[in-house]
Amino acid sequence: MVVFDKPHALADVPLHYCPGCTHGIVHRLVAEAIDELEIEGRTVGVAPVGCAVMAYDYFTCDMIEAAHGRAPAVATGVKRSDPDNLIVFTYQGDGDLASIGTAETVHAAARNENITVIFINNAIYGMTGGQMAPTSLPGQVTQTSPYGRDVNACGYPVKICEMLSMLEGPEYLERVAVNNVKNVRKAKKAIRKAFQNQIDKKGFSLIEVISACPTNWGMTPSKALKWIDDNMIPYYPLGVYKDRSAGIIPGAKEEA
Amino acid sequence: MAEKVLMKGNEAIAEAAIIAGCRHYFGYPITPQTEIAAYMAKRMPKIGGTFLQAESEIAAINMVYGVSAAGKRVMTSSSSPGISLKSEGISYLAGADLPSVVVNCQRGGPGLGGIQPSQSDYFQATRGGGHGDYHMIVLAPASVQEMAELTIRGFELADEYRMTSMILADGTIGQMMEPVSFDFEIKEAPAKPWATTGTQMKREHNVVNSLYLVPDVLEVKNFERYEKYAQICEKEAVAEEYMLEDAEIVIAAFGIAARVARNAVNAARAEGIKVGLIRPITLWPFPVKTFQKALGTAKQFISVELSMGQMIEDVRLATECRVPVTLCNRAGGMIPSPDQVYEAIKAAAGKAGE
Repeated sequence: MVVFDKPHALADVPLHYCPGCTHGIVHRLVAEAIDELEIEGRTVGVAPVGCAVMAYDYFTCDMIEAAHGRAPAVATGVKRSDPDNLIVFTYQGDGDLASIGTAETVHAAARNENITVIFINNAIYGMTGGQMAPTSLPGQVTQTSPYGRDVNACGYPVKICEMLSMLEGPEYLERVAVNNVKNVRKAKKAIRKAFQNQIDKKGFSLIEVISACPTNWGMTPSKALKWIDDNMIPYYPLGVYKDRSAGIIPGAKEEA
Repeated sequence: MAEKVLMKGNEAIAEAAIIAGCRHYFGYPITPQTEIAAYMAKRMPKIGGTFLQAESEIAAINMVYGVSAAGKRVMTSSSSPGISLKSEGISYLAGADLPSVVVNCQRGGPGLGGIQPSQSDYFQATRGGGHGDYHMIVLAPASVQEMAELTIRGFELADEYRMTSMILADGTIGQMMEPVSFDFEIKEAPAKPWATTGTQMKREHNVVNSLYLVPDVLEVKNFERYEKYAQICEKEAVAEEYMLEDAEIVIAAFGIAARVARNAVNAARAEGIKVGLIRPITLWPFPVKTFQKALGTAKQFISVELSMGQMIEDVRLATECRVPVTLCNRAGGMIPSPDQVYEAIKAAAGKAGE
C-alpha cells in the first residue's frame, strides 16, 4: 500500500501561509527533492525576507535567515565554505530576488555559483500586505498601484529567466507553475534537476515558480489558480530558458 | 629573534588574517584599503583559500555572513563609504551572534568625501553603525605591527564573544611601510556547535537567524547580548599609557593621531610641562578605568582627533566632566602636526604666548 507521507525534509509543524497560497506546494517539492537525492544531512537552506521568511522553521536541514535580497550572497559564502560537501539553496520571492536583490541574483548567476535558487513569482509583495512587485503585471491593481500598474510611470515587469538567460554564466534556468497537477509535476522535475545539477557541480540553477497569492490578489483560491492560466502564464511563458548541458543556450552566436 | 619584514599596514592586516586561520575573504575595491584585496587575491588561491571580489560591499558582507554561519573564520575590508554599505550586514551579524572581522581603513567624509586619512567614522564604529541595539569590538592600531597584532586579536575576540571585531585603521597606517614581525602564537578557534555545516542526520537542524517576532523574546535576546557586552567592557578594554604618573594635562588620541601626539608630549616634557598620553587601543570597549585613574593628577584633557571631535564625547563620559576637555583636530583628510598639538598643550598649561 502506498502511503502519502510528509517528506522527511519538511518539518512536522503547521505552516503560517494563507489558504490557497502555493508556498506549501513548493516547500513540499523542495523537501521531496532533498529526500529523493538523500542530501538533507549536507544541505543548508537560505530563507528570504517576505512571506517565506520563516522557511527556516519548515525545513529540517540547517537553515539561515538572510537580509532582504541578500540570499544569493549568503549562499555564496556558505557554499564557498565547503564546496565539495555542502548543498546550498535559496528560497526567495519576487520582491526579494527581482527588486532589492537584483544585483546579488545577477552576479551569483554570472559567476555560475554552484547553488540552487527557488524563485517564487506571485507578482505581489505578500508579507507587507499586497504592494506592487517588480513582477506585477501591467495594469495589475495593488495597494501601491491602486489604479493599476502604469507602465509609463513605473515601468515594465522584470522577466528574470529571460534576463538571466542572456548571461554566459548560469547552467540552468526554467520557469514552471504550480496551479494544476500537470504543472506541479513539471515543477517537481525542474526543482529536482536544479539540485542534481549542484550535486554534479554544474553550477547555478534557478527555478522560477509562478505562484498564487489569493489573499493579496483579492480572489478565491480557485479563481487565483485560473488567473495564473489567464494572466500570469501568457506574460511569463513556462519552459526551459537555459540548460547548458542540454545545449539550450539562447543568445549563443552561431559559429561562422 | 623573530624575522621582520617591511610591509604596508594593509598588507600586514591581510597576512595576519591568513596566519589567524582566515581562509575566506570578500571585498570590493575602494581607496585606501585596496592592498588588502590585492594581497588576498594573490595569496588565497595558493593556500586553498577563497578570495572573491563581490559585486558590492553589501554582497561582500553577506558572503561574510554565510561563511561565518558555516563556522569558518572570515574577513572583509573597506573604507568609510563602503562601511556604510556594509552596516546593514554588520547589524544582521550582530542580531545572529555571528563572529567576523571587518576592517575600516578610514578616509575623510561625509559622502564620497576624500581618499586621505581620517578618524571620522569613530561614532559609526563605536555606536554600532547599523540599526538596532548592538556593538562591535573596535580595535585601533597605531603601527603596522599593531595592524597585524590587532587583526589576530580581532579574530580571537570575535570567536570568543560571537560578534564582529572592527579594525578601525586609517589611510595613513594602511599605506605606510614599517618592519613587522609575524611571530605569533595562534590560539585554536573554539568549537562552533551552532554552525550550519549540515546536520549529517545526526542532530536537530541549526538555524542562524536574527528574526524574533515575539517582542518579549526579542527583548530577552537584547538583554542577554548586553550582559555579554558588560563582561567585555569589564575584561577587554586596553589602552597604552605614556608619561601619566604625574600628568596634569592628558592627551587622548588613537591611531595615527597618537603618534603625532606622542612627539608633542615629548617636546612639552622637555620644557617641563607635566603632560601625558592615553592611547585607547580598544575604542569599544572604551578604556574608562585608565581615564579615571588619570583623573588623580589631571587638570585638563585634550582629545586629538582626525575628525570634528567624536572620541571627545567618550573622554567626557569617562572623566564624568570633572575637568575640562578640549579638542585639537584636523578634518577632511588633514593630519594635525606635532606643532599644533604642542601649541594646544602649551595653551592648556597656561603658557601660550610666552
